[in-house]
Amino acid sequence: MQIDWSVIPSFLPQLAEGAAITIKITVIGLLGGLAIGTAGGLMRAFGGRVLNAVAFGYIELIRGTPIVVQVMFLYFAMPVLAGLRIDPMAAAILAITINAGAYIAEIVRGALLSISRGLVEAGLAIGLPHWKVLLHIVGPLAFRRLIPPLGNQFIVSLKDTSLFIVIGVGELTRTGQEIMAANFRAVEIWTAVAVIYLLLTGTMTVGLRIIEKRMRIL
Amino acid sequence: MNIIEFRKTSKHFGPLKVLDEIDLTIATGEVVVLIGPSGSGKSTLLRCINGLEQITGGDLVMDGISVRAGKRQLRLIRQEAGMVFQQFNLFPQMTALENVAFGPRQVRGLSRAEARTLALGLLEKVGLAERAHHHPAQLSGGQQQRVAIARALAVQPKVMLFDEPTSALDPELKQEVLTVMRQLAQEGMTMVVVTHEIAFARQVGTRLIFMEHGKISVDGPPREVIDTPPSDRLKDFLQHV
Repeated sequence: MQIDWSVIPSFLPQLAEGAAITIKITVIGLLGGLAIGTAGGLMRAFGGRVLNAVAFGYIELIRGTPIVVQVMFLYFAMPVLAGLRIDPMAAAILAITINAGAYIAEIVRGALLSISRGLVEAGLAIGLPHWKVLLHIVGPLAFRRLIPPLGNQFIVSLKDTSLFIVIGVGELTRTGQEIMAANFRAVEIWTAVAVIYLLLTGTMTVGLRIIEKRMRIL
Repeated sequence: MNIIEFRKTSKHFGPLKVLDEIDLTIATGEVVVLIGPSGSGKSTLLRCINGLEQITGGDLVMDGISVRAGKRQLRLIRQEAGMVFQQFNLFPQMTALENVAFGPRQVRGLSRAEARTLALGLLEKVGLAERAHHHPAQLSGGQQQRVAIARALAVQPKVMLFDEPTSALDPELKQEVLTVMRQLAQEGMTMVVVTHEIAFARQVGTRLIFMEHGKISVDGPPREVIDTPPSDRLKDFLQHV
């Protein structure tokens, strides 16, 4: 079969739909992951023994298992175990949330602990309660250090959505495969899919760069 | 009037006894200079006063409040005991002015405008009015430490605690910090100063304390103690600083 780039526009609308689903899973999943990660990171950095152990257990469980297994568990095993039946889209979003949450928790913990003890003491010595030191001094400083590793995680999570092909979510990779099954134009389709992924991750990178510059990383 | 009272105060780090049943009373207006070899417990003694180190034995009363009275009371103590650190510890994301205005606004409930006016006045006092809008990274070490002094003063404490405030500075920069401290002492501020600046101790201090092995081994008027050291250990120490 001849390679014919002119066929790409004909399946672009379909790929765009797939990309939209990829974006939806990534954005909602990462928002959830940020919430869980922030809580987990705070628990790891400042929680008591119990909170720390809970967060540690969660992080080890998630980091120690592949995301494909996690999403299969959510989608196929949860109905059996708990009678909880969720649709593939919800399973995909949930998988990104708990998976990114675990990694982000470690990123948040690292950023919080990287702030010098002396700054915390300076805040306490003024007579501030601990939570205010966290809110006004440690938090803003840690946030700046958070952005580069967070950007990394965002990109990984976006690409991880392609693995949800295993539960039949119509995201970008799955869409590509469906088109290919119909016309066998492997080179054209996978090139187009790869370029779309690059555009998505590229947009993320540029966005994070702008935030990084605005925050004047210390 | 006594503002700080150590009552058989001890501090352990695990099995290590850093402060050994210290009895010490400091009155309002005194400028107490703490000297001693490293590991003698002088910094720990200072840090126990505002509860940055938790005491493990005895009691310590600052401005009528025990450091063991609880979190809320500890915050009240800290508002009355400003601290200046060896490493300055200015908040790097804030300008000099914001650093100084932060405390009064957060813990004394001043309005933004009031805190700003107070902060500008204090920066002026330490000779840095024209540096108000610089970030710490844009200031020299001596300037940073003077901002740190202004930051501590802004909370309007009754006592100022200095933890080796000039140890991280070049000789020339030390002087500008010592000048501010001297001025503060002349205004009648109660001060407890951990330092190796013997000349400063002799000139500005009203009382000199020499610490060894977690105990106070010499306590007296600076001139007398420095000119005629009552112990060989102190004599030896003075020759080496």
